Amino acid sequence: MLLIDCPCCGVSGEETEFAAGGEAHIVRAGPGSSDADFASYLFDRKNPRGVHFERWRHAFGCGKWFHMVRSTQTLEVFGVYKADVTSPPQDILDRVEAARAEGRVK
Amino acid sequence: MTQPNRLDDGGVLIDRSHKIKFFFDGKPYNGHPGDTLASALLANGVKLVNRSYKYHRPRGIVSSGPEEPNALVNLGSDATHEPNIRMTQIELHDGLDATSQNRFPNLDADIGVLNAAASRLYPAGFYYKTFIHPRHAWKYLFEPVIRRIAGLGKAPTHPDNSQYEHTYAFCDVLIAGGGVAGLVAAKAASEAGARVILAEQTERLGGRLLVDDDAEIDGKPARVWLEETIAALEAMDNVTIRLRTCCSAAYDHNYCLLYERSGDRGEAAQVRHRLWRVRTARVIAATGMIERPIAFHYNDVPGVMLASAVRDYVKLWGVSPGEKTVVYTTNDDGYRTALALHEAGRTVRAILDSRKDPSGPLVEKARAAGLEIRPNTGIGKAKAKRNKLEQIETVNFDKPEAPGKTMYCDCVAMSNGWSPVIHLYSHSGGKALWDEDAVMYRPDPANPPRGKDAEAMVFVAGSANGELTTDAVVAQAAEIASEALSQLGMKTSAVAPSVTAVTETTTVPVWCTPSPGKAGLGGKHFLDYQNDVTVADVALAAREGYESVEHAKRYTTLGMATDQGKLSNINGHAILGKTLGKTMAEVGTTTFRPPFTPISFGSIAGRETGNLFKPVRQTAMHDWHAAHGADWEPVGDWRRPYRYQRGDEDRDTSIHRECLRVRNSVGILDASTLGKIIVKGPDAPKFLDMMYTNMMSSLKPGKCRYGLMNNENGFLMDDGVVVRLDEETFLCHTTSGGADRIHAWFEEWLQTEWFDFKVYVANVTEQYSQIAVAGPKGLELLGSLDSDIDFAAVPFMGMAEGTVEGCPVRAFRISFTGELSYEFAVPVSFGLALWEKLHAKAEALGGGVYGTEAQHILRAEKGFVVIGDETDGTVTAHDVGMSWAVSKKKEDFIGKRAMERSDLTRPDRKQLVGLLTEDPNEVLPDGAHGVENGKAIGHVTSTYFSPTLKRSIAMALINGGRARFGEVIQISTAKKKTIRAVICDPVFYDKKGERQDV
Amino acid sequence: MAAKRKPRYSIFSLARNSMSHHQGWEKAWRSPDPKPEYDVVIVGAGGHGLATAYYLAKNHGITNIAVVEKGWLGGGNTGRNTTIIRSNYLQDSSAALFELSRSLFETLSQELNYNIMFSPRGVLMLAQTEHEKRAWQRTHHATRLNNIYTEWADTKRVKEICPIINTDPGARFPVLGGLWQPRGGTARHDAVAWGYARAADDLGVDVIQNCEVLGIDREGGKVTGVQTTRGAIKCGKLGIVVAGNTTRLTDMAGFRMPLESVPLQALVSEPIKPCLDIVVMANTVHGYMSQSDKGELVIGGGTDGYNAYTQRGSFQHVEETVTALVETFPIISRLRMLRQWGGIVDITGDRSPIISKTPVDGVFVNCGWGTGGFKATCGSGHCFAATIAKGEPDAVAAPFSLDRFSEGRMIDESVAAAVAH
Repeated sequence: MLLIDCPCCGVSGEETEFAAGGEAHIVRAGPGSSDADFASYLFDRKNPRGVHFERWRHAFGCGKWFHMVRSTQTLEVFGVYKADVTSPPQDILDRVEAARAEGRVK
Repeated sequence: MTQPNRLDDGGVLIDRSHKIKFFFDGKPYNGHPGDTLASALLANGVKLVNRSYKYHRPRGIVSSGPEEPNALVNLGSDATHEPNIRMTQIELHDGLDATSQNRFPNLDADIGVLNAAASRLYPAGFYYKTFIHPRHAWKYLFEPVIRRIAGLGKAPTHPDNSQYEHTYAFCDVLIAGGGVAGLVAAKAASEAGARVILAEQTERLGGRLLVDDDAEIDGKPARVWLEETIAALEAMDNVTIRLRTCCSAAYDHNYCLLYERSGDRGEAAQVRHRLWRVRTARVIAATGMIERPIAFHYNDVPGVMLASAVRDYVKLWGVSPGEKTVVYTTNDDGYRTALALHEAGRTVRAILDSRKDPSGPLVEKARAAGLEIRPNTGIGKAKAKRNKLEQIETVNFDKPEAPGKTMYCDCVAMSNGWSPVIHLYSHSGGKALWDEDAVMYRPDPANPPRGKDAEAMVFVAGSANGELTTDAVVAQAAEIASEALSQLGMKTSAVAPSVTAVTETTTVPVWCTPSPGKAGLGGKHFLDYQNDVTVADVALAAREGYESVEHAKRYTTLGMATDQGKLSNINGHAILGKTLGKTMAEVGTTTFRPPFTPISFGSIAGRETGNLFKPVRQTAMHDWHAAHGADWEPVGDWRRPYRYQRGDEDRDTSIHRECLRVRNSVGILDASTLGKIIVKGPDAPKFLDMMYTNMMSSLKPGKCRYGLMNNENGFLMDDGVVVRLDEETFLCHTTSGGADRIHAWFEEWLQTEWFDFKVYVANVTEQYSQIAVAGPKGLELLGSLDSDIDFAAVPFMGMAEGTVEGCPVRAFRISFTGELSYEFAVPVSFGLALWEKLHAKAEALGGGVYGTEAQHILRAEKGFVVIGDETDGTVTAHDVGMSWAVSKKKEDFIGKRAMERSDLTRPDRKQLVGLLTEDPNEVLPDGAHGVENGKAIGHVTSTYFSPTLKRSIAMALINGGRARFGEVIQISTAKKKTIRAVICDPVFYDKKGERQDV
Repeated sequence: MAAKRKPRYSIFSLARNSMSHHQGWEKAWRSPDPKPEYDVVIVGAGGHGLATAYYLAKNHGITNIAVVEKGWLGGGNTGRNTTIIRSNYLQDSSAALFELSRSLFETLSQELNYNIMFSPRGVLMLAQTEHEKRAWQRTHHATRLNNIYTEWADTKRVKEICPIINTDPGARFPVLGGLWQPRGGTARHDAVAWGYARAADDLGVDVIQNCEVLGIDREGGKVTGVQTTRGAIKCGKLGIVVAGNTTRLTDMAGFRMPLESVPLQALVSEPIKPCLDIVVMANTVHGYMSQSDKGELVIGGGTDGYNAYTQRGSFQHVEETVTALVETFPIISRLRMLRQWGGIVDITGDRSPIISKTPVDGVFVNCGWGTGGFKATCGSGHCFAATIAKGEPDAVAAPFSLDRFSEGRMIDESVAAAVAH
């Protein structure tokens, strides 16, 4: 049972209070895209064994979507940030790099 | 009823002033408060308590704790029947009624023992090699027999009527185990100001200090220090001590389970088991060690026990399991048992020690007491008489071929060293390291289970970390506690107690004792008592290529019994290593899985059973429906009236009455479960244009429009009427089951994709009751209402706001029945009042209520689709003939791109059609398929007898069906027959839609 | 080194070996060192991978095969699942695949000369809402047309088939009936892997354990071999059959997959005498249960909602499942959970598997089985072997190709049930 910090309302809650929303920062392919690009947008996932940038919703809390960076190997959480950005903040990327340097995550 | 094995003195846990009467296999016995069932039976001289799983061998009590593999019993009967309970964990109480299991007809004369006679035929994994032919014999012959022989206790036959409950708790430090290490850690943590929960699985604190009081702590006898420390902890506000509470598991991010057996002692307890879900900053596992048995030939006969358990029975319960005991040890601790028995006045026949030159204070003390010590010697084999240990034969490790010495004894106390209990460290990924010197797995400090911030979550204190002597245990526990606390930014003022303890020398383990005389094959050196796994079985697995520790485990079932290998795993892995020529570290170990000891399903379910299992969402009119004959249908979390039953009429009678009522007069329906979502903001029109396949931005305020919603994969996911309340405000209706999902869907797109859109979304499903009024007498009904709305002036797909009978309403002129129809939305607190008023008026006009099934029939007569019936997640708007609702003008909407893919534009896709059976009275079965040339060409999605048309009607999805109107097809039904039906337009009634417009 | 044919297992060989106290049994499989080159390398010695190798050797005459496994054979999801076998699928393509598999299970013990304990004890899918009832009835008609025998059981029949089910009409989700497949059942999961390993080994296949693939070598868009912890191995064709870890391998081969890996939970009770002779699945309340030959109630839980590679259980799924089962089978309340665990499954966009060629010539994938792979072991191996041998999918495998995702040709079984598999 993960412990998750919501960056929107500040609450630290049980995983069951939240809903996972899959890989983050996927760019939508709409009309005009190729079949391959559209299928890739809809289905292809990085699915790393390691650092995962992902979306969550505080479904039974403030209702807000946000991003979390988490190791799928150890479940370590590197940070959370709001949904209305297209790339992760630098301080979280730095923490990921530090963990990689220490060999905690791939 | 005397207790022949009860010692005259001793037994710190029992109250000799009271007697308790209990029953085992129907026979009455006496014990004392404080006894366990195990100690009481041993006091009464009962040795044989169970039969083993595979060979049905007679078995006795081996241990004194949760590691017990043999002594499992059935407790209670009917609603209180419970199988497989360890005697060592049952606190004796008045009237306790236990029965042995896995025997027929009784323990002494079990016919399953015939199995044992042929045991040579079934080594490990024998069942993989035989029972292959003839093919059907496995199912009909072999397997049923095996199933009956296998299993342990009797299955329950009655529902359980006990109460269980869940509790949540939060703390800084959760300490698992109330022995000396746990107490030292608790003291340190509490004095640092931490919130502490101390969970102890037994009913007592003190652990082995209650048994082994040969140490001095802070200059006091251990017992005195113990009492003072417990008193000090109990006085601390920040410390919660829970007895009879086992820390069962430590899950990710330090979510821990405590299993409290609060009501397992016979009395009528309010709560039988309580499951605590504890989120703690750190866990300190002070979970102790478990002693290992020694493999020797027939080491399973009743009377062969762990040395520490024998000592426990003597010291804690004043019971000596035997008159004459042989101690077989590989370490110093076994001597403590010998000394305890000796001091209690019982005979210690000899101490057999695997070591060549045993020395140290405990050995000297035994020598001084005149006990016979035989170094370099073990038990070669044991022999039973009348299902009880009668004698053993010794073996000299240097000369195993030489005949040994026979010793008559009724108890063997064996000790093969100790295994730290590191389960909690391992549950969430902590690793263990084999310590060759200490002969045990210890937690690997470099690889702890890590939490959310990669912090070490679980710290292991005392003997669970491999410390053997009290001084080392105390020092290590104090140190590890202060390390855990310092991680939390806390500092303790507690000073580690100073301890004077007896020193001990090293263990020289014996993994398999050679049998004296000619080295024989076919020995029964048991490793896993409960599953009857022997040394030979593990060696066989290794020889046959089942070399990995997991293969050997699964092939032999070593460690898979209800004790999960607490006694057997290390010994078994050592045998595997020996056979393969590998070290223990190379062999590796299996994974510890939660829970530490089994926990009841009842406690996991807690209160969430019966009426509290997934509580029912109720509309404002729920109780009214119940009072008026509602025959409920679960819909999502709701229950809706499927029909309203009069007397004991059948379903069709009620449903047809309700249908005809709507067609001929007027019906009212509780539509409150429909999802209602407010979408508001300057960009709301733009947003809804993306969410629906049709255009919503062009909808005029005060108007309604039926909308379809796709998922991004191009398939229909929901539908409903959208009402534009004003320029910036829309009310989107969804299906009953879809409200929460669609609300979340809207939020997802708004928050994660189009976060620049200025739109707010609110789910107001539960804020409004919704009532449909439908039927030709609808206007007459409405005209009789006290209202400021001119209903006749509201156009089809229009809306009006006003009051009706004093209730503030929105009235939507929309129809899902094909009749003239209005839906009223009122704040939920007005729902019942308006409903009752409308119902009275409807009844006055010869109308009344209708339920969900009538609604389904009425809409099917009109060819309206139901999402989830006509669609199934693979159906597009075009498939159901609603291309008119798919905008061609919009550049983009959800699912637009997906609908352009090749498979979604195939001309031969299944398309929605109507079906009319040639025999009008024949109703097609739900889900029946059309067949052509033996192949399915589509399926029936909705099928009814239409009371309006007085014939059967059906809707179906048929390959290329829209081009096939008028064709007759065969519908295959379950009974190997086909029904002929003609394909037609799915609108069966009032094709021009004249009735809804009046 | 070609393997020599092994002596057969039987009651006679067992009796003969008992004379020597079972000292004479041969190894079930060799522990060969990798050769420098194979015609086909299969990555993953789970049930599916071993079955693939077995059918390649047996049906297609390709015996120069290595099955490389990073751990021990059968140690992934093969050894962690709840052992259910059924083929009562709605979609024709699924029905064909799972029924092929189920029918191969029927005779697998005899074929492999290894008792895999296939037990057609019957599988009952409960209907607990009107909607679910219609969905199962539709499935019932579909299976019948696909020549898969199922029955629609009404509530009374459900109670006859399984007396311990709570059929109280006042229950929160009353049992309205069920879809009954009497020829579905269970098998011993480990034995399936062991039996295929032994039989494949007998046909000359090298099963190489403790051999992790570190890289996939390609030249001009074609596979040439793999780099492993036990050295480089050349191969003409490469089959990837590694369940939850598929994307780790396909990343090495340089293409992306429509997959996500999530933990799936399962648990068992302590063993008790027989009380449940069939497999019961209750999808509305989310729980399913059977009783093993050993007597344990074997219970399947849900998947975590998020990607993870931690092969361990979390408690909330246990709680949800056990609560549902206590409601469905009230007698189990006083029984106890002995052990819970997790496995990593990979899930596709339509929750149906992928058996396919890939963008890299010579690389084939068999994955995406989600929560339901065990029952497909035989069929999956059978048609994947054909696909590898011919370089093109056979009729059973063809619908499960990767291009279905760009064509929109979904195989969606969730239409019939709240839970896909």
